[in-house]
Amino acid sequence: MNRDGTNTDGTTAVMAGSTDVGAAADQDEPAMCFDRATLAYGDRVVWSELSMTVPQGEFLAVLGPNGSGKTSLLRALLGLAPLSSGTLDVLGRPPRRGNPAIGYVPQHAGFDRDVPLRGRDLVGLGVDGHRWGFGRLSPADRLRVETALDDVAARPYADEPIGRLSGGEQQRLRIAQALVGNPQLLLCDEPLASLDMRYQQEITELIGTWSRERHGTVVFVTHDVNPVLAYASRVVFVVNGRWAAGQPDDVLTTETMSGLYEAPVEVLRVRGRIVVVGEASGAGFDLDEPHHFPEPVASH
Amino acid sequence: MIAQLVHLIGYPFVQNMLLAGVLVAVVAGLVSRFVVARSMSFAVHALAEVGFTGSVGFLLLGLSPVFGLLTGSMITALVIGALGLRIRERDSVVGLVMAFGLGLGVLFLSLYNRYATEAIALLFGAITSVSSGDLLLLVVVAVITIVGLGIMYRPLTFATVDPVVAEARGVPVRLISILFLLLLAAAVAEAVQVVGVLLILTLLITPGATAERLTAHPGQATLFSVLIALLATVGGILLALLTAAPVSFFVTTIAFVCYVAARLGQPLAERLRAARA
Repeated sequence: MNRDGTNTDGTTAVMAGSTDVGAAADQDEPAMCFDRATLAYGDRVVWSELSMTVPQGEFLAVLGPNGSGKTSLLRALLGLAPLSSGTLDVLGRPPRRGNPAIGYVPQHAGFDRDVPLRGRDLVGLGVDGHRWGFGRLSPADRLRVETALDDVAARPYADEPIGRLSGGEQQRLRIAQALVGNPQLLLCDEPLASLDMRYQQEITELIGTWSRERHGTVVFVTHDVNPVLAYASRVVFVVNGRWAAGQPDDVLTTETMSGLYEAPVEVLRVRGRIVVVGEASGAGFDLDEPHHFPEPVASH
Repeated sequence: MIAQLVHLIGYPFVQNMLLAGVLVAVVAGLVSRFVVARSMSFAVHALAEVGFTGSVGFLLLGLSPVFGLLTGSMITALVIGALGLRIRERDSVVGLVMAFGLGLGVLFLSLYNRYATEAIALLFGAITSVSSGDLLLLVVVAVITIVGLGIMYRPLTFATVDPVVAEARGVPVRLISILFLLLLAAAVAEAVQVVGVLLILTLLITPGATAERLTAHPGQATLFSVLIALLATVGGILLALLTAAPVSFFVTTIAFVCYVAARLGQPLAERLRAARA
């Protein structure tokens, strides 16, 4: 699929100009800059000719149905998935593996109950897990671990076996692990999946607050935009290789989304939540989260 | 009994045996932690069984069976590494490589019809029959394995407990998998000398699995794993010297008793800790 005028026009070009006047010198560099970037695995094009520039300090929500290439976007930023064509710069440089300026929070996947690992150890791996050899953390590194634990209020259970902690507690430790290296860019891959509503709010708030206080950039992959609506300053929506990027209010519209899905789709705002409604029988597109389309709404 | 032990330890061949036992136990205890955490018991079994084929093959050629075992398990590790890096296909790859390798072993065994005792020794372990040349090989391999594990300890831990984040942080997860398979092959060749091909899991699974029950501290778990392997191996050798029963019997029994004790003790320890808190 090539770039489709209907979904890129008017929603993408605005992103380059940073409004952040008072930022420090190295913060003039955009957090990421995709220029006609295409990612394909063999014949399958994940997204094509993606162009967007995200200044530092932004909270970018990456949206789209399952399998639409949201995770691939993170892998490209991490230097794990080379582009097929086009260019990508991360903090002014091409992506590279093990970039210490990037923190990464994965989807919650529970640890085995008996795995000999405490929350403190998980955070410690964020400091030195990639270094060869063995050895204990230096006093300075141990202090960083303690600070990171405090930042997410995880100290009370930092010495418990990690497999015995709740999903929300494990995700807090994940965030501490990602932030302990003091990154400029935080990549989150569905960090709310399989968490209940209360934990979803807590985790989103932690990440949003970090972004505001530290002027840190967040790339937040999620299939449901609603938990991050209060924080997202930019969104990029990916469907079947097509994409749209810009301000949430510009992208999450009936017009843009219908263009992306190439089918009539309606974007509704119900009690402060955004609901995307399509004909479930419509060929070729797959709307996520069917439970977000209760019968009365879907029948419109 | 003590006097008898002291008298026995005076013999150089007993000293050599204990030295080999200590080295094998340290290697097995270290590796065992990762075998358990990476769910690789099936791979351990395959490495040992195809190692057996290598051993009989080398005996046929009049070469060292210990070196043959090492060769067999190393080749197996490389084949498994090359064919089955993805978790989903790893199980079947291990199974089919093991079946083919053991098929070769059957052929070698039928050609090698002189001393059945040597095959039995390989299957059930006979550290008493290790020659001094082979002992030197065991020492060298053990040192290489321990140094190798020391070098990759942290990234191996990261890639084992948290592979997705490890990859994102730049840990070469695939390379680590292959390197660990090679170290595992070396550890298998070592441990077979004590407990044999068929009882290999007693040294490469039990210490790690027991240690997990004793502590949630990863460093302590590794230490406990090594201590349990040492207790089983050295204890097994000494008890076998005092009695007529085989070393493997005592090693497997000590290891099993440790595991059962840890299983029974774990809920007790947790209740105590909860009561204190």
